[in-house]
Amino acid sequence: MLFARVTGTVVCTAKVPSWRGHRLLLVQPTDPHGAPQGRTLVAVDLVSAAPGQRVFYVRGREAANALPDADNPADAAIVAIVDDVRAPASATGDAPGGTSRGPGAG
Amino acid sequence: MFLARVVGDVIATIKHPALEQRKLLLVQPLTGDGAPVGRPSIAVDSVDAGVGDHVLVVDEGNSAAQVLQRPRGPIRTVVVGVVDEVAGA
Repeated sequence: MLFARVTGTVVCTAKVPSWRGHRLLLVQPTDPHGAPQGRTLVAVDLVSAAPGQRVFYVRGREAANALPDADNPADAAIVAIVDDVRAPASATGDAPGGTSRGPGAG
Repeated sequence: MFLARVVGDVIATIKHPALEQRKLLLVQPLTGDGAPVGRPSIAVDSVDAGVGDHVLVVDEGNSAAQVLQRPRGPIRTVVVGVVDEVAGA
């Protein structure tokens, strides 16, 4: 599972029936501290996340398994809203101040 | 499976039901000789690992389901061992 920031919503009136009732969100993958990393992707939302929130998502077959009916074509699904990441500098080798928070958390 | 270092805890109140009551760890993948490589990811703990531990991680859904003794769900990354020693790296 990987960190991302929700950057927008994707609305599709016509979409595969198995996604009905689920929102699609635009997410920017990030590192554990919130810095953007890699390209933007679209993920099915399972936790009612909102733009600006820090989340984590699962990729691959397990994304489809996140929906109540696993018979769907999702390849990325948001499975949690991140409250906090406690990463002591001693563990990461980073500069002091390793704890990072999302914008809605502090 | 890959070797990793536990570098943090992840706290999430709102999460998928399959993640309820699960400890979430931030793991940094390592090379055989212990150098960080690639992107950190979030893993479910199954061996009571903690920050600083050198661990073994699976990243595949069927393996995760077996370890967690659950039907297949949205979890694919699980800490499955605490490494004592890696020889010949």
